[in-house]
Amino acid sequence: MSNPATQPILTMSGIGKSFPGVQAVNNASFELRPGEIHALVGANGAGKSTLIKILTGVHRADRGVITVNGSPVSIHSPSDAQRLGIAAIYQELMLVPGLTVHANLFLGHEPTKHAFVDSDSERTLAMRQFQKLGVKINPDALVKDLTVAEQQLVEIARALMAEARILVMDEPTAALTPREVEILFGILRELTNQQVGVIFIGHRLDEILAIADRVTIMRDGATITTCPASELSRQSLIEQMVGRSLTEEFPKAPPPDEAIRFEVRHLSGGMIRDASFSVRRGEVLGLTGLMGAGRTELARLIFGADRKAAGEILLDGDGLRVDSPQSAIKQGICLLTEDRKSQGLILKATAKENFALPNLHFWSKLSWINGGKEASRFLKHVELLDIRLSGPDQRAEDLSGGNQQKLLVARWLESQSQVVIFDEPTRGIDVGAKYEMYLLIRDLAVQGKVVIMISSELPEVLGISHRILVMRDGQIAGELDPSVATQQDIMALAG
Amino acid sequence: MPARVSQGTSRPLSRFVADYGMLGILILLCILFSVLTLQDQHTTGADAAGALYAALSPAERTENILIVCGDNAQDQAFADALQSRLRQSGNASVQILAGDPPTVRAQLEALADTVAVSNLIATTQGFAPVVQSITSAIPAYSKARVLTPPSYRWPTFLLADNVRNVANQITVIAIIAIGMTMVIITAGIDLSVGSLIALSAVVTAWLIGNAGGDTASGGVMLLSGLAGILLCGAIGAFSGLMITRFRIPPFIATLAMMQVAAGVAYIISQGKPIYQIPGGFVLLGRGAEPLLRIPYAVLLMLVLYAMAHVVMTRTTLGRYIYAVGGNPEAARLAGIRTGGILLLVYTLCGVLAGLGGVLMASQLKSGAPTYGLTYELYVIAAVVVGGTSLSGGEGRIIGTLIGALIIAVIQNGMNLTNVETYTQKVVLGLVILGAVLLDRLKQQGIRLKMRRT
Repeated sequence: MSNPATQPILTMSGIGKSFPGVQAVNNASFELRPGEIHALVGANGAGKSTLIKILTGVHRADRGVITVNGSPVSIHSPSDAQRLGIAAIYQELMLVPGLTVHANLFLGHEPTKHAFVDSDSERTLAMRQFQKLGVKINPDALVKDLTVAEQQLVEIARALMAEARILVMDEPTAALTPREVEILFGILRELTNQQVGVIFIGHRLDEILAIADRVTIMRDGATITTCPASELSRQSLIEQMVGRSLTEEFPKAPPPDEAIRFEVRHLSGGMIRDASFSVRRGEVLGLTGLMGAGRTELARLIFGADRKAAGEILLDGDGLRVDSPQSAIKQGICLLTEDRKSQGLILKATAKENFALPNLHFWSKLSWINGGKEASRFLKHVELLDIRLSGPDQRAEDLSGGNQQKLLVARWLESQSQVVIFDEPTRGIDVGAKYEMYLLIRDLAVQGKVVIMISSELPEVLGISHRILVMRDGQIAGELDPSVATQQDIMALAG
Repeated sequence: MPARVSQGTSRPLSRFVADYGMLGILILLCILFSVLTLQDQHTTGADAAGALYAALSPAERTENILIVCGDNAQDQAFADALQSRLRQSGNASVQILAGDPPTVRAQLEALADTVAVSNLIATTQGFAPVVQSITSAIPAYSKARVLTPPSYRWPTFLLADNVRNVANQITVIAIIAIGMTMVIITAGIDLSVGSLIALSAVVTAWLIGNAGGDTASGGVMLLSGLAGILLCGAIGAFSGLMITRFRIPPFIATLAMMQVAAGVAYIISQGKPIYQIPGGFVLLGRGAEPLLRIPYAVLLMLVLYAMAHVVMTRTTLGRYIYAVGGNPEAARLAGIRTGGILLLVYTLCGVLAGLGGVLMASQLKSGAPTYGLTYELYVIAAVVVGGTSLSGGEGRIIGTLIGALIIAVIQNGMNLTNVETYTQKVVLGLVILGAVLLDRLKQQGIRLKMRRT
């Protein structure tokens, strides 16, 4: 698809940007050709986001040159970027949920007829654009009623209608099911035929290797190398990203005991119907399936976050009475939620306060907090998990994604839970932090705890788990042995 | 993992500035009004006597001094103190003339006819013009010198009486603002506090009126006050229940209770103030401890603030309140009973509003359904000016005290500098806006610096 002879649509060279105390980007260079999908990869904090924000006018570079279609440009604001045909689609989508699809598509530059918004031509133009993309979305639907994938497509359509020639996609697949990812990739390939250049940022290496024409790797604020995706392997990509060689990508815990520690019998509630399974002492149980298959819902039911209609939960042979997260925690079950920001952290509170939240009873008496003990417990975990922060009073929202995740893990380690449910523990964190998370899961298993890991990343599920449960439509569709099962086996069960 | 150097609001100093930056504004305002109200101050009472005695030369102290003064208590104290000081230093020929101007005039005329006329007449600054006009009209006193205590330059704003006045004015608002701060930190709002002031004052006054009226005992007054406070606490709890159990937005639930409470206050009092309250009831609102003359209400306020500050910073309850406001779902999934926390906070806010009502009834020695009108807005303003974010999860109790003081100081300062009432409203509105704007800019400043990859 890419034609090496064509002139680059975009070049960025010698880009540098520092924030007080942080050299975020240091001598980064990047080039995008028309009709190319160019992946930008790197560990968290490598400087990808900053580089992209410079391109889209959110930040201004301290130094460096940007050219678009061969001529140097200065981008001082997002509207400058828009004028130059640069459009960015972020993880957090920028749509108005309560408005229709067509209203969103034309937000800010509505076609008018007799001083009124011309909804009919909006609708027609929207239909035409969707046809060009080969997608079926009702222009009159409300955006909030669409799936995340559909919303993303609306954003892409909006960017294209604004004549974007350079499309930046920041982790577009993070919230998509495998099938939706396939659809998205089809559309991206279609776009390259129309000579649009796509900058693709992501953490899922298999996807990157599948979709990208070229890959630029960033590390510590600098671009390390740019090469065709066909010359890279998963292993070599990871090694260049972290700057060292990895012996094994998925450290696996030793085989579990025979003894069953944790059991769920005929659990129903919400969309979950009659879920039964058991986990042995020191076992890592992988729970996977398509998005919306009910994995998170099952976890929430076990944790008491949602009301269960029927079923029993047993730990070490004793029936548990779980009717709220509070009672679950008290009886030794914890849940590391999928969405750190909305369900895990109190972003405005400090790192230490977030760590302490469910554990205050360990170091308080009659509601009075023993600050010294709290600080020492916290520091112990900071050291243990190598959490990077400027101090215990740093706000949670100012931590990087990987450190936020570690902070939440530290919280649940401190709570002495026997059953640890991790919902997408490695989503949105970089390879280095992922590896540390795997080691941690292994350690928990070695300690004889029960680990249930929900994940959509099939290599990870196959690599880490002792046993895999696949969910489909709120039910457990089947069980697989990862030592013999393949990704295809999982997908077959998942529907 | 790449090494990461983080900028933080974690450094103690910047954290302090972020939390208590409004303190600087309060101090600036105090300096401003001090400069604007710097003027000659008169001393009164025994202090004035001491000052005048000190200003007399040894020779003058032994002369035939006539002390002339008005018939108010301050003047009497001045005369008595000066006489005893002079007598102590061996001057036995000191006489006092006291009374209203006509009496004094008659006495001075009588003296002029009889004995040797005094050359020195001591009087207070307040009474000096009267003395001057009398003596200049009587020839016998033409040589007499009128002595007054020396005056001094000092800002009226900083006079002990005015400072007490500021503190007293703000107690009701400041005490309720404690509860409001907690409510707002949970990302809620309580609009009913103004009406609860009226309800509590009316219920308390009505109970006292029906249980002895002017002759009610201390125990009756205590129980009546408690009843008023508890009723408001129950209404707060009801609002909390509506908010937690039935998911009614706090704005609506408390707006409804605001109407209900106001209506009940009018029904109980039949629209009229209730005055049948014994004099002893004003002890809380107008009394002061004898040592430094700090009003009891101010002491109560300070104690409540100290307790609330400790609760919010040192206890699990405080942590949970911040957590529920910062992210209710995350708090619930961390095992916190979010409903219970909200219920408690609204109950507490109601209790404090009830206490505010009793305090106001005590200050005014009556209970009327018109009390506390629009006070909810002042209370919210104090919280917001104090740096608590209406979006919840952030805020400091001490910040609210500073916010309340800023509002009181501005009102008092404008009174002292003769700013019109209507203009005062405009200024106060702009100050609230300015405070929030400043906070917003400060936050954005920090955020810009913090923004990274």
